[in-house]
Amino acid sequence: MTILEKVRALLGEGAVLEAAADRVPRIAPGSPDAVALLLGTAHQEGWRVRIEGAGTWLQGDAPADIALTTRRLDRIPAIEPSDLTATAEAGIGLDQLRQQLADRGAWFAVDPPGLAGRTLGSIVATASAGPLRQGFGPIKDHLLGVTFVTGDGRMVQSGGRVMKNVAGYDLTRLQAGGFGAFGVIVLVHLRLRTLPRADITYLLEGAREDLTQVGEDIAAAGLTPAALELVSPALARRERWVLGVRLAGSPALVAADEAGLGAATGGRFTALRAEEAHAFWMRLAEGFAVRPVTFRIGAVPSASDELLDLLQHQLGDEWISASPAAGAIRWTGDATVDRLQRLRRTLAGLEVPLTLERAPWPLRSAVGHFGAYREGVGPLVTGLRRTFDPGGALVVTTEGE
Amino acid sequence: MIPGLARDLGAIVGAKHVREARAERVTYSMDGLPTHRRLPDLVVLPGTREELIAVVRLLAAHRIPFVPRGAGTGLSGGALADEGAVLLVLTRMNRILKIDPTNRIAVVEPGVVNAKLTVATRAHGLHYAPDPSSQSACTIGGNVAENAGGPHCLKYGVTANHVVALEILLSDGSLVEVGSASGEAWGPDLVGLFVGSEGNFGIATRITVRLLPLPRAIRTLLADFNGLRIAGEGVSAVIAAGIVPAALEMMDQSCICAVEDSVYAAGYPRDAAAILLVELDGRDPGAVEAEADAVVELLKKAGARSVRVAANEAERERLWQGRKKAFGAMGRLSRDLVVQDAVVPRSALPHVLETICGIAKRYELVVSNVFHAGDGNLHPNISFDATDPALKQRVELASAEIMEACIAAGGTITGEHGIGIDKLRYMPLIFDAESLGAMHAVRKVFDPDQQVNPGKVVPLHACREWVSANPGRKPGVLEHDSRAAARGQPFLAGTR
Repeated sequence: MTILEKVRALLGEGAVLEAAADRVPRIAPGSPDAVALLLGTAHQEGWRVRIEGAGTWLQGDAPADIALTTRRLDRIPAIEPSDLTATAEAGIGLDQLRQQLADRGAWFAVDPPGLAGRTLGSIVATASAGPLRQGFGPIKDHLLGVTFVTGDGRMVQSGGRVMKNVAGYDLTRLQAGGFGAFGVIVLVHLRLRTLPRADITYLLEGAREDLTQVGEDIAAAGLTPAALELVSPALARRERWVLGVRLAGSPALVAADEAGLGAATGGRFTALRAEEAHAFWMRLAEGFAVRPVTFRIGAVPSASDELLDLLQHQLGDEWISASPAAGAIRWTGDATVDRLQRLRRTLAGLEVPLTLERAPWPLRSAVGHFGAYREGVGPLVTGLRRTFDPGGALVVTTEGE
Repeated sequence: MIPGLARDLGAIVGAKHVREARAERVTYSMDGLPTHRRLPDLVVLPGTREELIAVVRLLAAHRIPFVPRGAGTGLSGGALADEGAVLLVLTRMNRILKIDPTNRIAVVEPGVVNAKLTVATRAHGLHYAPDPSSQSACTIGGNVAENAGGPHCLKYGVTANHVVALEILLSDGSLVEVGSASGEAWGPDLVGLFVGSEGNFGIATRITVRLLPLPRAIRTLLADFNGLRIAGEGVSAVIAAGIVPAALEMMDQSCICAVEDSVYAAGYPRDAAAILLVELDGRDPGAVEAEADAVVELLKKAGARSVRVAANEAERERLWQGRKKAFGAMGRLSRDLVVQDAVVPRSALPHVLETICGIAKRYELVVSNVFHAGDGNLHPNISFDATDPALKQRVELASAEIMEACIAAGGTITGEHGIGIDKLRYMPLIFDAESLGAMHAVRKVFDPDQQVNPGKVVPLHACREWVSANPGRKPGVLEHDSRAAARGQPFLAGTR
């Protein structure tokens, strides 16, 4: 029997989709159990499996025997607005999830890079937070628990559906940002917020150095914006750099922060209309899914300016977005293996980690999502991979070659 | 213990920091929970990171298991060492190594007391947000091991939200550096995995934490209610309105009276069935005032008898002292106190509180509730006398029923105290054998021979590997299960 015949016998005809561009059979299990069945079989048969969501973020080009897509895992089994929690399957698109939550007055306060239909599983697996990380923290802070399937088909649950939970080890945090190396996420329990009753965006254009200073003034004034994002001209499609400030929350808090923003910055910002604000943040997110390579680096606030210079020097002034106060910079553009490896080495010397978020397979496999591990980390990552994928079925390049 | 071990350990840390005498070791035979007692073979108190590394390497060479311990304020029996194990007490490693106000981080040794870090950072207008009730004594290392919470975690998050990097000493004596000052990981999030692992993965020797600006405006409210259910509905009303208080705490009448009878009397109304202590904070006094007004209205609408706003800092401190010292005040009620910990969905609070009352009544026990209502994190506390075996058994039965009620409501068995040994028996009620097996496998990646804090967190007999190897035997590890014990039989017949 061919692989496809075996999969049809296992999961039914409906699970087999049109093959990927590289002719790799694309399989869409319709339930978490079906994912477990498929991966258990892949493990036994020695198939290599690449994990896909909606195909809008990571390039679907890893060499594999099958592509497992979560796109049919698109249900939302529970939304509890009074508890501010929800449970959603990993293949739901963020746009659909947002809409259904908004209908119930709830908000999943993340704005990851990528297109609107990017799947929840992809966002969690890559831990890609966007500008809202400034006010609401990294992706892991929005998770109450996950269910995932290991590379050999075991279904594992971690965490739960309540706001605090220290029962057992926190495998949820291992999965958040694990890039699928430790299993395929099938179900996610989310921590929500109420939909903000006031939500306003202000922009200021100027020289990068000036905007950096303005950002520091905002932080020093004790303002707590939902987003405080420094965006390069190319990404913002403006003549100069842009500092975007998003204030979201109760009308009283937002009004107070608006007054505080005016006082701290001399009233230099311009408020956007709601549709302009939506377009600004959407364009920013989508910009990172257009160019071939996207990575993020972690930088303490005081090093942010120097690191922006370094990126400009080593890779060119491409599309950059930074939350200096939250310690994160994201870059997208064209880059070679050599340049990325050199950059990672340079950054490692500065105690700054680089995480490769998306890139074509040849580059991804050479550079790895991660690298330049600190003392003792490599053996732990290897051990964890063996634990969750003993047969090496999942095609994920944690470290470069 | 092997001959000469105490001498060799003394050569590393100084003889006076090795406790051999039984009377000295007894001091370390319990933590904050009175129902478990284990006598360690030796107690060692290293004073520096280098001493600690040398001690662990010596123990690893002799394959002697060890248990890290902070101030011993834990509430799950997690820092107790069995016979044959060495207890490593880290309270002498109490230096704050760095405070970086520009980047709002601090680097500390594990033995730094929680409250001292906030005191040390206050001059910079900063604070360390997680504030467990034991913060005047508990250590940051212990907080990391347990992923400790506290009243103000409702708005600011628990320990895991505030730790960005760690240096970890593994059981073989090797060091690992995980995380970075920015919070971005070097690879998978091993910081997130380590926090809350209850000492099973190793010892955090250096801890880098985020600091937050001190709020510029604070309003503290005290609301009182005629019923627990109404108070629970008040909590739901505040949360549903989209207001995120810094803290939202509840106490029932039994607890109120215990506090009011103690030196910590805070002026809580004794005739109230429940009180809510609500704190709102932020940058702008006007905005905080507006939110406080909204909360007052919501609570009155939900049925509060009265809502009082603390007039000044002294009154605020008094209200909080009553809450934070409530566990101590309950010591007046009886000889022993079991501080329970469970979490339920917030909307289930009214129902679960009534269920707990029913359980207490049925077992004729005094149960006092003081808890983090905004998070749904319950602390039903049972007062009893552990010298009365029949009473002790009723306490265990009631505790088990309370846990089951919380699980049935969609909750979990611990929100901040951890599993330790106390809750091992409940783990199979919320995790299946596959998930427990996965946890155990992760532990073995960090500590292949299970030398650090053995016998905690994961009930091995409930893991998939054990169940598969013992077909026909009922999965579970409830050998301590009190109902089974009450029937005079182990839960897992024939397993031992």
